[in-house]
Amino acid sequence: MSRLPITKTPKPYAGGAFIRSESGRTFPLRDASGAFFANIPQCTRKDLRNAVEAAAKAGPGWARRTAYNRGQILYRLGEMLEGRRQEMADTLVRFGDEAAAAAHEVDTCIDRLVYYAGWADKYEQVLGNVNPVASPHFNFTVTEPMGVIGVIAPDAPSLLGLISLVAPIIVSGNTVVAHVSEKSAYPAILFGEMLATSDLPGGVVNLLSGLRKELVPTFATHTHLRGLSAVANADERKAIRLGAAESVKRVHFADASTAGWFEDSAQSLYRIRDFLEFKTTWHPIGA
Amino acid sequence: MVAKSPAIAFRRLFDEVGTVDQIGVEERVAKFTTRSIKKASKIWGLKKAVSMVDLTTLEGKDTPGKVASLCQKALQPHDDPGIPTVAAVCVYPSMVRHARKHVADSAVKVASVATAFPSGQAPLKTRLGEVRAAVQDGADEIDMVINRGAFLAGDFSRVEDEIAAVVEACGVAALKVILEVSELETFDNIRAASFVAMGVLREGDFIKTSTGKTSLNATLGNNQVMLEAIRDFYLDTGIAIGMKPAGGIRTAKQALQFLIAVKETLGDAWLTNERYRFGASSLLNDLLRQLEKEKSGSYQAPYYFSEAAESY
Repeated sequence: MSRLPITKTPKPYAGGAFIRSESGRTFPLRDASGAFFANIPQCTRKDLRNAVEAAAKAGPGWARRTAYNRGQILYRLGEMLEGRRQEMADTLVRFGDEAAAAAHEVDTCIDRLVYYAGWADKYEQVLGNVNPVASPHFNFTVTEPMGVIGVIAPDAPSLLGLISLVAPIIVSGNTVVAHVSEKSAYPAILFGEMLATSDLPGGVVNLLSGLRKELVPTFATHTHLRGLSAVANADERKAIRLGAAESVKRVHFADASTAGWFEDSAQSLYRIRDFLEFKTTWHPIGA
Repeated sequence: MVAKSPAIAFRRLFDEVGTVDQIGVEERVAKFTTRSIKKASKIWGLKKAVSMVDLTTLEGKDTPGKVASLCQKALQPHDDPGIPTVAAVCVYPSMVRHARKHVADSAVKVASVATAFPSGQAPLKTRLGEVRAAVQDGADEIDMVINRGAFLAGDFSRVEDEIAAVVEACGVAALKVILEVSELETFDNIRAASFVAMGVLREGDFIKTSTGKTSLNATLGNNQVMLEAIRDFYLDTGIAIGMKPAGGIRTAKQALQFLIAVKETLGDAWLTNERYRFGASSLLNDLLRQLEKEKSGSYQAPYYFSEAAESY
């Protein structure tokens, strides 16, 4: 007897749950052959608002965890991706990658997560400082996470681009609201399922699928987002700069070409530093 | 005639004031959350809600300094002059004189919980003494709790007598009677308790859902039951009683839904802070935040507003 295949309803992972857009809208996603794949939730600025609320709620608890524990969780995320490596690679192939390139992208994603997991309890030693001062004070500088950070991910490589932007932000105790690739949203939705099973508290990473042109202006102007890490074209950059200026938001644009994301230079301690605040303390001594 | 058991007493009271169709009420209030209120109506509603807030601090750790900053917030919720003051500040009796000093002759009233809030488990004499002391210190409004033990035991005349005694002790101060709905258990009981209280209240007094100190507080459901009791009582007697949901209302969206319930149940005459209040502390900042969003077009961070608890 033949059976009917069960089709999947892809839903992005936001606020610790798999959501449909509050608007109820979807947009059709086609695979590389042009065949209909699924309807993807078309998230709106209200979904973005809700995701920011969830991220702000999750933030203090995430930032309070020990650096060691955040590292463990990021590593665990790498483990989850490793366990579903083939599924993820097949998905990338379905959306147009060569088999070898897809496997390479998934491997690089896992390595990148492990790279930042390793930095979790080490970046403070490198970025923090004891400063020489000409007075009887012990003067030291430590880092603190900024808060809720927005991410606008590239279309290619959709998964590696997203992970390369998100991992260095959350490792220090920030939380993220990310817009995933519009053209190739499904790998990110699949990645959301791994986030949900990786011990990462709900709300620390929030993924939104939808149209760039609808969401980019809200990412720029939402004052609760303290920073933005984005891949954007010239017009979007202008809109983001203008919106971010109003709320004095820190903005970093990533310039890498598609191939550039695979380089070792695409991962760096300085990507962690981009979304840290530095706090300097003067402590009197010898009194 | 004194009833022999609580069950008989309740049956008699239900026969008199009517019962509540629980499913019907729940279906009805579910519809209130589907209204679309946008632009000018939304701004009107948000400002109206601000003017109805009883800005509350009821904690063991309250200090005169904290009450002073609360009063400042009440008098000027935000730097936008188009935003009204709140209706009242609500504090414990020992803080009334501090609050009185700060709000002075402004439109903001001083409300005080009294009668051994939140349990009400103190001798009547002590409770009345507390009310008199609060009024003497300058409270314009008194929030009392009913004797839930007596109510659940079917001793309604005792509940009534105690409320009547507090009404007398209040003098010119308005009275808000807290039913503590989470301890009354059913919608029928909430409706019955509303009628018991309203029977001895004066025009301009309020009934109030809860103390905010228990797990279940104001919901659209128990708010609706009480609004309908107020409506039925008004149609019978012509006496207009006010309503104050308290506890658990934290977002502007919820507040607008409660206002929709008021408008569609009691009409525009109750859309004033003379007859409807919100007992809340964090609600005010969310209202201000949404007003600022309507004005500026961009979503606001909660820490942009004074007295915010959030900083992340």
